[in-house]
Amino acid sequence: MTQNLSYLKESPSQTAGPYVHIGCTPNFAGIKAYGGDLGATMKTGAVRGQEITLKGAVFDGTGTPLRDAMIEIWQPDAAGLFASANETRGQADPNFSGWGRSAGDPVTGEFTFETVKPGAVPFPDGRMQAPHITVWIVARGINIGLQTRVYFADEPDANAQDPILIRIEHQNRIPTLLAEKTGDAQYRFDIHLQGPNETIFFDI
Amino acid sequence: MSDSTQIGGFVPRDRDWQPDAITPPYKTSIKRSPQAALLSFPSTLSEETSPVFGHNLIGKLDNDLIHNYAQAGESAIGPRIIVHGRVLDEMGRPVPGALLEVWQANAGGRYRHKKESYLAALDPNFGGCGRVITSADGSYEFRTIQPGPYPWPNGMNDWRPAHIHFSVFGHGFAQRLITQMYFEGDPHIKLCPIVGALKSAEAVDALTALLDMHRTVPMDSRAYKFDIVLRGRRQTSFENRKEGL
Repeated sequence: MTQNLSYLKESPSQTAGPYVHIGCTPNFAGIKAYGGDLGATMKTGAVRGQEITLKGAVFDGTGTPLRDAMIEIWQPDAAGLFASANETRGQADPNFSGWGRSAGDPVTGEFTFETVKPGAVPFPDGRMQAPHITVWIVARGINIGLQTRVYFADEPDANAQDPILIRIEHQNRIPTLLAEKTGDAQYRFDIHLQGPNETIFFDI
Repeated sequence: MSDSTQIGGFVPRDRDWQPDAITPPYKTSIKRSPQAALLSFPSTLSEETSPVFGHNLIGKLDNDLIHNYAQAGESAIGPRIIVHGRVLDEMGRPVPGALLEVWQANAGGRYRHKKESYLAALDPNFGGCGRVITSADGSYEFRTIQPGPYPWPNGMNDWRPAHIHFSVFGHGFAQRLITQMYFEGDPHIKLCPIVGALKSAEAVDALTALLDMHRTVPMDSRAYKFDIVLRGRRQTSFENRKEGL
């Protein structure tokens, strides 16, 4: 044929498998390499804004925590700026990477991120999104990484204006995206892969 | 690299091409797959930005799995290979500065992991992890030992094809990808329930590295070529609509 859209196809995803830690967190897997695991620390010095601890776990359709998942988070700094090469709005906090990676606890599966509460970031049309953290989950049994967002239950006003949250048809599922405050600067965000409390996952 | 790092929304992922969440012959997927539909939105800055990994992150032996865990003067045992290719986006543009992390079993199919109990021996000189960052033209290479197939508790007699796992970062977190590379001609490919999660022969081919005699180093290492494609990014025009999505 004469006309042809000659785009390439994205490489197909495959499961990360049970040994993802060998490649992504080798020190956690007992392989001393690279002088430390990438994403283990998000702060390289004094950071701006409110420092918080985010904890949670990933549960399967039977309610069993995953003990072989890898969880990554990506977020802006307290001013809403990303430590990214394509951040054009200003200089992000130089002591904050914005990216974290956790293998979870080998017994409980609980992950912990020492981070900062993110600032607001605009939607493409200029409206502000509520503070949120992007989460990406891979594991044995997950054929393609699952993406979700952490919003904060103690930001009700911002959440009520968030361009994505307000367009969700099943508003009764929004609590699955809210991290609950469990203490001073402590938040909990559990992820349910399947079932009645299933977390909302995105295709963004 | 200016046009490839420009802010612009990502082309939607083709979910008819990507594997489904639930693929019952791969048993673990049954209880680890969401049942509700994914919620679709056009990408925002949260997905269009991504962490930066500088070339200074990479140690001298990080892309040499034959030696990066070996005792001085030793090397890992097995068929020596070079794996090389390019990281491109769907528009065919190179993706420079992309971090690739790889992991694999040794020549006998044994992983260095505490949860692994396969009776094949560990290689004292092989760790099984490596990493590399793509050059200005999106190219990468590493050298390693060709991994062996191994059995896994799924069906009664399931064996994984020889494979190398890849974790890839692009320029936007929406491009984040983990996949597996297979080797041309491996008869286990068509028997495997994990490969079977792919919906077409073309998708399997996209993950099957070809023997590349042009890059083979005579009397040293054979070579396999494996290109990786990440989601494409649109141009920035018409981004500032006031209404609708």
